[in-house]
Amino acid sequence: MDFTLKVWRQKDAKTKGHFETYKVTNISPDTSFLEMMDILNDQLIREGNDPVAINKGCKSSGPVAFDHDCREGICGTCSLYINGRAHGPDNEITTCQLHMRRFNDGDTITVEPWRSAAMPVIKDLIVNRNAFDQILQAGGYISVSTGGVPDANSILIPKEKADESMDAAACIGCGACVATCKNGSAMLFISSRVSSLALLPQGRVEAANRVKAMVDKMDELGFGACTNTRACEMECPKHVSVSHIARLNREFLLAKLKD
Amino acid sequence: MSEKLISKVPEGPLSQKWTEHKAHIKVVSPANKRKLEIIVIGTGLGGASAAASLGELGYNVKVFCISDSPRRAHSIAAQGGINAAKNYPNDNDSVYRLFYDTIKGGDYRSREANVYRLAEVSNLIIDQCVAQGVPFAREYSGMLDNRSFGGAQVSRTFYARGQTGQQLLLGAYAALNRQIHLGNVKSYTRHEMLDLVLINGEAKGIIARNLVTGEIERHGAHAVVLASGGYGNVFFLSTNAMNSNGSAAWQCYKKGAYFANPCFAQIHPTCIPVHGEQQSKLTLMSESLRNDGRIWVPKKLEDVKRLRNKEIAPSQIPEEDRDYYLERRYPAYGNLVPRDVASRAAKERCDAGYGVNETGLAVFLDFKSAIDRLGEHVIAERYGNLFQMYEKIMDVNPYKEPMMIYPAIHYTMGGLWVDYNLQTTIPGLYAIGEANFSDHGGNRLGASALMQGLADGYFILPYTIGDYLASRIQVPKTDINDPAFVEAENNVKKRVDKLLSINGTQTVDFYHKQLGHIMWEYVGMARNESGLKKAIEKIRALREQFWHDVKVPGTGSELNQELEKALKLADFMEIGELMALDALDRKESCGGHFREEMQTEDGETLRDDNNFMYVSAWEYKGDGIEPHLHKEFLNYEFVKPSTRNYKD
Repeated sequence: MDFTLKVWRQKDAKTKGHFETYKVTNISPDTSFLEMMDILNDQLIREGNDPVAINKGCKSSGPVAFDHDCREGICGTCSLYINGRAHGPDNEITTCQLHMRRFNDGDTITVEPWRSAAMPVIKDLIVNRNAFDQILQAGGYISVSTGGVPDANSILIPKEKADESMDAAACIGCGACVATCKNGSAMLFISSRVSSLALLPQGRVEAANRVKAMVDKMDELGFGACTNTRACEMECPKHVSVSHIARLNREFLLAKLKD
Repeated sequence: MSEKLISKVPEGPLSQKWTEHKAHIKVVSPANKRKLEIIVIGTGLGGASAAASLGELGYNVKVFCISDSPRRAHSIAAQGGINAAKNYPNDNDSVYRLFYDTIKGGDYRSREANVYRLAEVSNLIIDQCVAQGVPFAREYSGMLDNRSFGGAQVSRTFYARGQTGQQLLLGAYAALNRQIHLGNVKSYTRHEMLDLVLINGEAKGIIARNLVTGEIERHGAHAVVLASGGYGNVFFLSTNAMNSNGSAAWQCYKKGAYFANPCFAQIHPTCIPVHGEQQSKLTLMSESLRNDGRIWVPKKLEDVKRLRNKEIAPSQIPEEDRDYYLERRYPAYGNLVPRDVASRAAKERCDAGYGVNETGLAVFLDFKSAIDRLGEHVIAERYGNLFQMYEKIMDVNPYKEPMMIYPAIHYTMGGLWVDYNLQTTIPGLYAIGEANFSDHGGNRLGASALMQGLADGYFILPYTIGDYLASRIQVPKTDINDPAFVEAENNVKKRVDKLLSINGTQTVDFYHKQLGHIMWEYVGMARNESGLKKAIEKIRALREQFWHDVKVPGTGSELNQELEKALKLADFMEIGELMALDALDRKESCGGHFREEMQTEDGETLRDDNNFMYVSAWEYKGDGIEPHLHKEFLNYEFVKPSTRNYKD
């Protein structure tokens, strides 16, 4: 298969970005999207200092920088806006799980980084998601140290609660929810942690402080508020439900009422 | 035995060794811990749990990871579960049985005392993770659920759907985040360790590259903990993450840490088969699937032909024409034989011409009987995300047609040599998790990697490192202007500049693929003397070509992913050679290491305990000079090594 790619190029955080157009040919339909990007990069490295490419108006002739790691949909490293959708046209997958058979031969594909003020571009398609770490550092845990804890089966947890907690905990921290939200809100991300822990007896003890600390940090870092458009849930590769945002709101309200 | 290879295994009965050892090693007072600095490399289960626990104890910790967040470490991708000897299902499990299964599964090439300790602390891990809020699977009673894994006849595996590694890592990462918030741990993301710094023979710090700015930084400490994972990506195609690498461990080797059992690499039987040359990595299908999936190939070659030509669907082949070869060959364990056994059995069938896809390198993993017995909803609940993952990659619905699988490189049992305290041959340098060699011998059992990472990080290293640091409480902060730091930094800069200046004709990936082909062909599932010798020659030639012809674009003072890859590959080129050298030395078949010259009549591994019951520990002697082999002889005091038998 052959494709035309319009790829966002940006030297670093301070430089203004632009689109470059490239062609890739002979791509197998079984090739994954990121493998196709590898092939593009291979091509760009080989042409690297080729004056012809530069004369053709190619401003950034080096390989395209993009984040990726596990390539099996769990580490949350890969990102990308593909044809205007986070993680591409399919639901419930990450970019690394997208395969070229999903496109038509000859398609033009637009590839952009996440767009969010709280997650600025570092280079080309790589953004800085450090804000997510900061939110979790503010309180996304149970304050237990290593050792001295009770036997695992001394804490009974109804199966439905454990299952729902696991549903919430499936979040991979990729940032698609923020990137797709018109408000740039991180509510789905935060709710996954808040809800997962709030559903468990071990997590209840600090539930009020946790939710307040995390929401405060989110506000401080410049994420927007939630206006219930549910775009985040649509684009979440793990399909974390907005019902967890509802639980987050409930937890937050109760915590504030007690203040 | 070399004077440096002192295992420090304590005397006494097996079950008392760790207790006695803990009682006698030194501890550091809280006031003194505040004066001591520790560097932790890596944030997988080992690194994150160690950094968090050391921070809780009051040490000043700096933790480094190559990803944009500690949560991305490849432990996140572990699917099936974590073992512990809780005996919750009342199926007669015990610490001893977990220990015994692990020693046997490792084909008697690991240290008894280390493995017993691992089994001993396994139960604490489950308690700890539950306290952290890890949402393990539960029964309707509210109690924890268990399932079975390969190499065991009991159900001792705790799990969180098919995302156990993710949930355990999020637990350790949360503990780490708490320590970062409290200021006890400082986190350096997008940083890569490129050298270890020794002062007077002791590990005193590292040289790291800031992957965003390209700046080369010096970081000092009183001790360094390596938790940088394994080197499986030497094969190019593996189930490891793209950025997983052996460089941090390799740089330690080059600074004097012995590298143990490099040839012990695990080939996982259930991975999605290779589709072609454009492929960048292989995806694992969890071993837990072998609880309910049955592995088979057709009995008749004409059915194989029709499958390959896509004239029939696998589900159309009648029961009587299917060869459930694991159940046939190993009736006692059936589909749940250990990974090395299952991988070789798949290769045997495919070599005999029964491979079921176009390349002839695939077998079926079939869920039909389980779906008939339990219903589709039960299977979906147990493995839903794995089935979804499979369908996305292969475009086949595994509820309807069997999965196609084939073995692939997954894990490396070899790693830096460590003593009972997890200290390497360099004082002050510790290695934990997959980065060390200690617990899995020639083959790791499923659901034991998570167990080992967390055992080392939560419950072993935080104790043993105190024994070393207790005598260093008067030692001032490491001076990063020491000539040793300047020299190490200059060497790193030279290496970076050299790679950037070659400006050859081929990309890093081109060379990595070549290396992968050599490794898979000669140092893969079946090895022999002439092949290994050929591999060494070919790797040397390839390395020569790489250093003259690789093309690394861009500069060192920017985010440069090609440079990162080139640095890693330069080390893989050397690791690959050491693996082949080690495999050549070990003229026996053992666990994942199968020497074709050494097999029984029915193709099983033939161990040679008289000549090879040792850990090979390689000492670096300089570039282009053959490394020196030291041997740590294994002394089986409590278990009598026998031929592994999974048949009856």
